Amino acid sequence: MQPLSNIESLLYFSPEILLVIFAAAVVILDLIVKDTESSAVAHLSLAGCICVFATVLVTHFSFSHEGPVSLFLGMVQLDVFSSFFKVLLLLATTATILFSLRSEELDARLKGEYYALLLAITLGMFLMASSTNLLMIFISLETVSLTSYILAGFLTHNPRSSEAAFKYITYGAVASGTMLFGLSLLFGMAGSGDLGQISVRLTELLAAGEVAPLAVLIAITFILAGVGYKIASVPFHMWSPDVYEGAPIPITAFLSVASKSAGFALFIRFFYSGFGSSELMQAVDWTFMLAIVSALTMTVGNLAALPQQNVKRLLAYSSIAHGGYLLMGGVLLTPEGIGAILFYLIVYLFMNLGAFHVVVLIANEEGSEMIEGYRGLASRAPLVAWAMAIFLFSLTGIPPFAGFFGKWLLFAAVLEQGYYWLALVGLLNSVVSLYYYARIVKAMFLEDAGEETTQTSFSTGTFALLSVFVIPTILIGFLNIFYTFSNISVPVIPMQ
Amino acid sequence: MTLQHYLVISAILFTLGIFAVLTRRNAISILMGIELILNSCNLNFAAFSRFMTPPEDISGQVIAIFGIVLAAAEAAVFLAIILAIYREFGSIRPNEVDTLKG
Repeated sequence: MQPLSNIESLLYFSPEILLVIFAAAVVILDLIVKDTESSAVAHLSLAGCICVFATVLVTHFSFSHEGPVSLFLGMVQLDVFSSFFKVLLLLATTATILFSLRSEELDARLKGEYYALLLAITLGMFLMASSTNLLMIFISLETVSLTSYILAGFLTHNPRSSEAAFKYITYGAVASGTMLFGLSLLFGMAGSGDLGQISVRLTELLAAGEVAPLAVLIAITFILAGVGYKIASVPFHMWSPDVYEGAPIPITAFLSVASKSAGFALFIRFFYSGFGSSELMQAVDWTFMLAIVSALTMTVGNLAALPQQNVKRLLAYSSIAHGGYLLMGGVLLTPEGIGAILFYLIVYLFMNLGAFHVVVLIANEEGSEMIEGYRGLASRAPLVAWAMAIFLFSLTGIPPFAGFFGKWLLFAAVLEQGYYWLALVGLLNSVVSLYYYARIVKAMFLEDAGEETTQTSFSTGTFALLSVFVIPTILIGFLNIFYTFSNISVPVIPMQ
Repeated sequence: MTLQHYLVISAILFTLGIFAVLTRRNAISILMGIELILNSCNLNFAAFSRFMTPPEDISGQVIAIFGIVLAAAEAAVFLAIILAIYREFGSIRPNEVDTLKG
């Protein structure tokens, strides 16, 4: 597979180019529109998402018969895997823009920058899912990180938001610096920045005994610091509860879904396609380390979620725990495990964004993110309460919701490889998680709001948006019966 | 100067950076620590590019240049956030910025 030159690559790169154009157009439109109440900017960025979505599909279907295409002299790669993540990330961005339109937290004067940054972060995540070179990996990771620091601190008049941004950048900068150090060691050992060449040369050098396995392991551990911070795995999870609590709710939803998905895209691209050859796996054994990290991540996330009173913070810990479940699929880097991760990311997108949509609604209505605000929701707004219950049960992994099928695939992939203790830890964690999810359900259905209950009325648009999340959460799991998702990764991601 | 000299210096820089981030009680000093970490990586890339790859292959030095650019961008964002923190809390000591916990 010969990499295409810069000019030839442009056509294959059209979704990203379109994103840049729309981000610039949003900034310009914001300068033209003087009315601060106008939502023209948000609608332009929505239109941008839809156009990019169409372009991603067109690009994918026109070029997928060529197999994976390497662009810009081997910097990024267009394949089924990157197209999959582009679709997933665009869904998250679109949902975030819709949430932001409805959220009352945001400062009307700064909306232009806000939406432009959202489109820019999407561009960074596109690149994270498709980069095949150390330089591109680092640049895309930093693009996403720097933009998310700004978005987390976007509520400039709110001390909690500034504090969230401060904590985020302190952890994030150290983690990405550590990752860059690991990348530099890897570059030095292999003498190349290209993932495919690194894989080939390291295999040769390890076989010839010119590179110590320990050195490779150290470089990998350093790189895991950067990836682990993006997917909020232990011990790099400390930023996430504070950031999720302090950031505006739409951004919290975006970070918990899109940032994590992009992190996993990078993780899979790096460790499976770049590093996953069996010779390398035999020479340098890091699977046990990943298994420990995965078990710790879900346990810490679930245990810390138990006493939380703030729903945003509770969902933050739940999101850490889900990072642990997802890592479980990546432990042995088998095609089944990767397929399970991809399927779970789809499921997680719908159920988690749905739950955050309800949090936005309640925050607008009650002005509070605490569990008390959910008391008596079933009598005030039964449909919203039922939807939230479905999302929470799906997050727990209770059949027949999609979360159950997602977890089932993950556990199956782990069991197949004989990691019984890891599956057991995951199972126990699911049981623990039922307790804190059920606390919200209990508040909604079994407790009274106290005052006389007035029916809260939500607009038709709210219900339409809610059903967009509810229906997949119920149905996607059953699709699995007709179509084995565990097989998608085999053609999806080529070995380098 | 051999490759080892550069690697030792960059390892020292990296360790000093991590040490500064962990022990300093001032946001600006933390930023300086982060800059040390990033610069140790740039030094690594430049050294490896000089000693480990053929002379016509300058990809390592290109990565180092991008590293410098990204360090500058990160410093800009970090300083902006420090300003926001100072406005809200009247202090840039991390241990006084702790309303979120639990």
